[in-house]
Amino acid sequence: MGGAGAADVSRQRHDGLEDPVRFIDERASAAPLMRKAMRYLFPDHWSFLLGEIALYAFIVLVVTGVYLALFYVPSTAQSVYNGTYAPLRGTMMSDAYKSVLQLSLEHKAGLLLRQTHHWAADLFLVAIVMHLMRVFFTGAFRRPRELTWIIGVTMLGAALLEGFLGYSLVDDLLSGMGIAIAYGVGLSLPIIGGPLMLAIFGAPFPGKPEFFGRMYIAHVFLLPAVLAALIGAHLALIAARHHTQFRESKRTTNTRMVGAPLFPAQVPRSMGLMFLVAGILFLFGGLVQINPIWQWGPFHPYLGENGAQPDWYLGWLIGALRLTPSFDVTVGHYTLIPNPFWGGALFPLIVLGVLAGWPFIERRFSGDRAVHNIAERPRDAPNRTAFGVAFLTWVFLIFAFGAADRIFVLAGLSYDTQLYIFRIGIWVVPLALFVLVRRVCRQLQAADAVQAIQEQAEEEAEQETQRPQPVLRSTRSEPTA
Amino acid sequence: MRPWHWVLGLLALVARRLRRRGGETPGTAPGVPAGSERGGDGDTPEPIVPAGSPERGAENVVLGLLGLACVFAIGFVVVYAAFDVAALPNELLGICLGGSLVCIGAALAVVAKRLVVTEELEEEYPQANPEQQREVLEIVHESGSRITRKRLLVGAGLATGGALSAAALTPTLSLGPIWDTGPLDQTPWGRGVRVVDESGRPMAAADIRQRTFYTGFPEGASTELIGAPVVIIRVDPAKLELPANRHGWAPGGILAFSKICTHAGCAVALYRKPLFPVLEPNNALVCPCHYSTFDPYTGGTVIYGPAGRPLPQLPLMVDDAGALRAAGNFSGRVGPAWWAARERPT
Repeated sequence: MGGAGAADVSRQRHDGLEDPVRFIDERASAAPLMRKAMRYLFPDHWSFLLGEIALYAFIVLVVTGVYLALFYVPSTAQSVYNGTYAPLRGTMMSDAYKSVLQLSLEHKAGLLLRQTHHWAADLFLVAIVMHLMRVFFTGAFRRPRELTWIIGVTMLGAALLEGFLGYSLVDDLLSGMGIAIAYGVGLSLPIIGGPLMLAIFGAPFPGKPEFFGRMYIAHVFLLPAVLAALIGAHLALIAARHHTQFRESKRTTNTRMVGAPLFPAQVPRSMGLMFLVAGILFLFGGLVQINPIWQWGPFHPYLGENGAQPDWYLGWLIGALRLTPSFDVTVGHYTLIPNPFWGGALFPLIVLGVLAGWPFIERRFSGDRAVHNIAERPRDAPNRTAFGVAFLTWVFLIFAFGAADRIFVLAGLSYDTQLYIFRIGIWVVPLALFVLVRRVCRQLQAADAVQAIQEQAEEEAEQETQRPQPVLRSTRSEPTA
Repeated sequence: MRPWHWVLGLLALVARRLRRRGGETPGTAPGVPAGSERGGDGDTPEPIVPAGSPERGAENVVLGLLGLACVFAIGFVVVYAAFDVAALPNELLGICLGGSLVCIGAALAVVAKRLVVTEELEEEYPQANPEQQREVLEIVHESGSRITRKRLLVGAGLATGGALSAAALTPTLSLGPIWDTGPLDQTPWGRGVRVVDESGRPMAAADIRQRTFYTGFPEGASTELIGAPVVIIRVDPAKLELPANRHGWAPGGILAFSKICTHAGCAVALYRKPLFPVLEPNNALVCPCHYSTFDPYTGGTVIYGPAGRPLPQLPLMVDDAGALRAAGNFSGRVGPAWWAARERPT
């Protein structure tokens, strides 16, 4: 059983694969495609797996979500709870909330799947944001991949909405407050706000009973279909122009990529990652409690609770709403632009808009229209890196202020003090970071240049010292020849 | 009788398959050149995937991990079946299912790292295709050689598309009362409406105490309407500084405000005690969502937080039986602001 022999076994024909391959190729003429796909190259760098984590979180979301949909009742019809959770017995609640309580407490494995679904949603957005940062800071969005980038940013927006709808469907006190805020932000859209919210909710908040049906169909069908289509387009575009790649060896150039093929190298890697992502999510779903809805109780418009925090990916919006100073733009008796518009609508639109438009914004400044297949190191694009750090810090600080009431409870720093610190900090810190990061990048570049010169000099010196050697060797080898 | 035959038949098939495989492997093991795949006229072409050396150790690890994955998966079924719903430990379910998936993932990672042939291949990046681009344009342009009034036809097509889109979107108007924003201004309150608590019992003025707050609703209306709930408090009448036109709105120092925050529509569910008397001389109503804070003494004006509008006040009166009643409608629009009327036109 030598090495060569073992390898040859895999090349042998009669292992049961021959028939299916022939069957498919004869009917779909798919062998050329399969042959090509199997040898499609993937660059070997861990940071390229972030997007895959998002993809696999999405798959876990779909699988667990289908299960949840088999039990959920999208209805706000009110009835008295008589289930197994004693503290809520006798409480008026919506059928939606009741069905999720039942799913969590009275169906075997229901809680596991609901918590896994929730964790998967949080991971989905973490992975998308990390992936976005990788692509941004390595300039991988540049020509010819601008479309891939825009689709990615669109997916981020869709995923945010999808996540928000998902936890709103539960109709517990926490999520009901979230819908109330969404209604307030929607109403604040200039001119169209009122009619638009009446269309979506069917009536003033909390809306007609149909509203929950509308959220439900959006959450389980419309947005997942949009996301799936965008994922397909995203992957198709990547396959069309291939991944970018770090210049890790001399063989990697702007026109040539080096990597491992889809089959056999990438398939077990990627499938392994999928199972690990799914496995860790189920471990979390089993071991780490998330959104214990029975503790919040049912939602009614006249109820609220203190210290409410949304899922992490909406923290930036609550932070922005809280940071905005108290003012409405008014004309006489009319409120032209109500306050929530700034933090709840304009702020996310600016963030997503700047992200989506970044390839074109950067091109305007740099004038660089060339095709780029090499992923830049962040230091090699000081302006972009500095802007990215400043921009993300701006968003992050606003996000952090969303937890100011929690920071007060944990650290004792008064909410009011924090408000003023953050109102100044969100502008000053990003600006300072912009200057600092740009300088650090340039110094790193300079250090690299020095090192390159040094290495080149050493190489030349080595060649100098090596040059006589072949002569010596040749003279020495001559007698033996 | 018949199912038994089926099982036997299946077993025989599986056995034959296993025997065939078993007989095959030793025959192929001694380096038979695998040339038949590509031409294979005796010469031995390069294999597509280069040969690697076997890794029995890694194979054993994979087998062990897959075995563990099976154990976990079966454990999930056992746990699911063994426990009653009320006693079912969610943790154990998670450990079983998650553990199984993690083991499979780990097995695949070992396959990726140690068992499959590692290759580092090169490939040219795909390029744009200017030739085909030109041909596409050519096909489009040449296809229109019979059309004389191109712009007119394109314009007509666009107009039709627009009209049809408008027609297709029209049914969405049925979603809600889009043109009639009146409902946004409606509340179930009015002069004489009795104030009741959550369970529908009338609220007596004498029961309203200071330093706490109550939630009241209009008698006979749904408690779920945004215009329904009011927060009711009693303060020292001497401290009141209500606007001049709200004379008599607070009998005995009892005040009622809409419980829906004018910022983003959450319930104003906190009643702040003055913890820092210098900065916060009086009690205040606070919304827990974004901490908009309203001063009840001055008629619900914003003293902190992002809200841009005062909390609408409901005028109160006490009837002969001592029950609280509304003396009119709110001082302003209830709920989050929108572009229409800021204050209720009088």
